[in-house]
Amino acid sequence: MAQRFKDIDYIGLFLWLFRAAIIVIVVWGTVAKLFLGQGNAYTTKDWINFLVAGLSQGSIFALIALGYTLVYGVLFMINFAHGEFFMAGTMTATIFVALPLSASGFLDKHPVIGMLAILVVAMVVSVSVALLTERVAYRPLRRAPRLVPLITAIGASFFWQYFFAGLFGSGLIPFPELAVLRGAWMIGGVEFLKTRAVVMIASVIMLIGLYIFIMRTKTGTAIRAVAEDKDIAALMGIDVDRTISITFATGAAMAGVAGILYGLVFRQVNFIMGFVPGIKAFTAAVLGGIGSIPGAAIGGFFLGVFEAIGPPLFLEGLGIPGSHQLKDVIAFTMLVLVLIFRPQGIIGERLAEKKA
Amino acid sequence: MALLEVNDIHTYYGNIHALKGISVTVEEGEIVSLIGGNGAGKTTTLRTISGLLQPRSGNVLFAGEDLSKYRAHHLVAKGIAMVPEGRGVFARLSVSENLGMGAYHRNDKDGIAEDLERVYKLFPRLEERQNQVAGTLSGGEQQMLAMGRAMMSRPSLLLMDEPSMGLAPVLVEAIFDTIEEINKEGTTILLVEQNAHMALQVAHRGYVLQTGEIILSNSAQELQKDPTVQKAYLGIE
Ligand SMILES: Nc1ncnc2c1ncn2[C@@H]1O[C@H](COP(=O)(O)OP(=O)(O)OP(=O)(O)O)[C@@H](O)[C@H]1O
Ligand SMILES: [Mg+2]
Repeated sequence: MAQRFKDIDYIGLFLWLFRAAIIVIVVWGTVAKLFLGQGNAYTTKDWINFLVAGLSQGSIFALIALGYTLVYGVLFMINFAHGEFFMAGTMTATIFVALPLSASGFLDKHPVIGMLAILVVAMVVSVSVALLTERVAYRPLRRAPRLVPLITAIGASFFWQYFFAGLFGSGLIPFPELAVLRGAWMIGGVEFLKTRAVVMIASVIMLIGLYIFIMRTKTGTAIRAVAEDKDIAALMGIDVDRTISITFATGAAMAGVAGILYGLVFRQVNFIMGFVPGIKAFTAAVLGGIGSIPGAAIGGFFLGVFEAIGPPLFLEGLGIPGSHQLKDVIAFTMLVLVLIFRPQGIIGERLAEKKA
Repeated sequence: MALLEVNDIHTYYGNIHALKGISVTVEEGEIVSLIGGNGAGKTTTLRTISGLLQPRSGNVLFAGEDLSKYRAHHLVAKGIAMVPEGRGVFARLSVSENLGMGAYHRNDKDGIAEDLERVYKLFPRLEERQNQVAGTLSGGEQQMLAMGRAMMSRPSLLLMDEPSMGLAPVLVEAIFDTIEEINKEGTTILLVEQNAHMALQVAHRGYVLQTGEIILSNSAQELQKDPTVQKAYLGIE
């Protein structure tokens, strides 16, 4: 008995030191940067730019994160193939719609219609891939132990990556640039890159739409009912299998949109493009409290901003060279920290409560 | 023809033989009580009728139709609703959303509004708390919500699993008054209870279930007089 308490104490002590070390690093770096003038000198305008870039990137994370959270909400399963749903729609729409429309000049003549066509195709493909994956790979395992669908999801993720690599090649494919989105808007003396602004506006519209769908419609309420208790939902006449499919489809549609927005920002796509954004969005979902819809949105924005501001702020302050390349380190360190210290996320409920 | 006819069903949980040939009939307009102690198989019987469990043999006929070809979510539209054991309200949905889920399969807006009014008249407490999240309701209020939710499907047969569980005696009285009222308005009720006293008071007929088998069945009045029932379930020596 005494031995066990001792072990726990050591772990507790280690975690406590770990937490303290992180705080020291962040505070020390920030102070060094702001007051001792370490690294590059940034103006207020630069900082605002970092913030805007972070929010814009974060809005894409938020869209993807919703897919993880929705599926987790109804199945208590981390759908690791979600990044591939994002990739599948984007690649297909880029190759079959965006590039031809751009080559023919249609995209620049009618940018709104063109973009809508690209988005619709991306959403349709993402949704189809998601429905197929759910039907073939997940549904038969619904009563299996929780580890089994998790492993299957990783398998499905690889399957789709190499399926699309085989289909479209493994090289980088350029995403066309839209002439209307070149340059920036000046608002109150602050420069907003048009692409970033459009990405953010589009994401926020989607987030609000999703929130209304889940909270205000009958189907959305059924999704929440299924998330709480599948047997009782069935007693209400809710077709549980169909509702789970709708949940996957909803998340995948958001991922499809996110993929195109991602293409607009980074201007290239390939078969592996779902991996890093997928894991980051998962981080965002965990950060916000997996299973919570507002949590996924908040987690996404938070991660985007932290990633954009962290390197120039405390990493440069610490004198770390090439700090802007360490974005991913920040994201994944954050995932580890959240899992250790606050597994229920920023605003999440306890996972145990949800299982009940 | 009986509204509900359960014919010799055997239900298993893996290798556990939970129901060993249960037969129950419920005539239209009746209240039938199924009484039995812990683990007798009461909940299993209701779950088998409602399609959540499949019997390994035997069948369930509703209005003469064999239900084995349907899945659980089809039965609400047929006219079967359940008030599950432990209430089973959706804790994170509001009271009105819970009631809305009861009417999930319906599209007749006017009819739904009418039934909502009826439920709120029966349980004014629910109307006061319509925007409150169901998880924060008291046990009694949750029971009312579960009953109201079932009524929102306008069922012809209402299955109730231990509605008195965990409620104060005054509330139990009120709940059973409501059960009789719902029945008088034309809903047939199959009631499962450990509280044999209340269950036999409101019922027309009753069955006694013990370890997966029916050991007695009779009119409720006769059962109340039965020495076995008095001893085992009514606490009368
Ligand atoms: N999910 C399950 N898995 C295995 N066995 C089960 C399961 N559910 C019930 N049983 C068993 O089946 C038998 C009947 O259980 P049931 O829940 O129908 O009893 P009950 O009459 O409703 O009891 P109570 O009054 O306690 O609710 C019991 O022996 C129980 O242990
Ligand atoms: Mg029971």
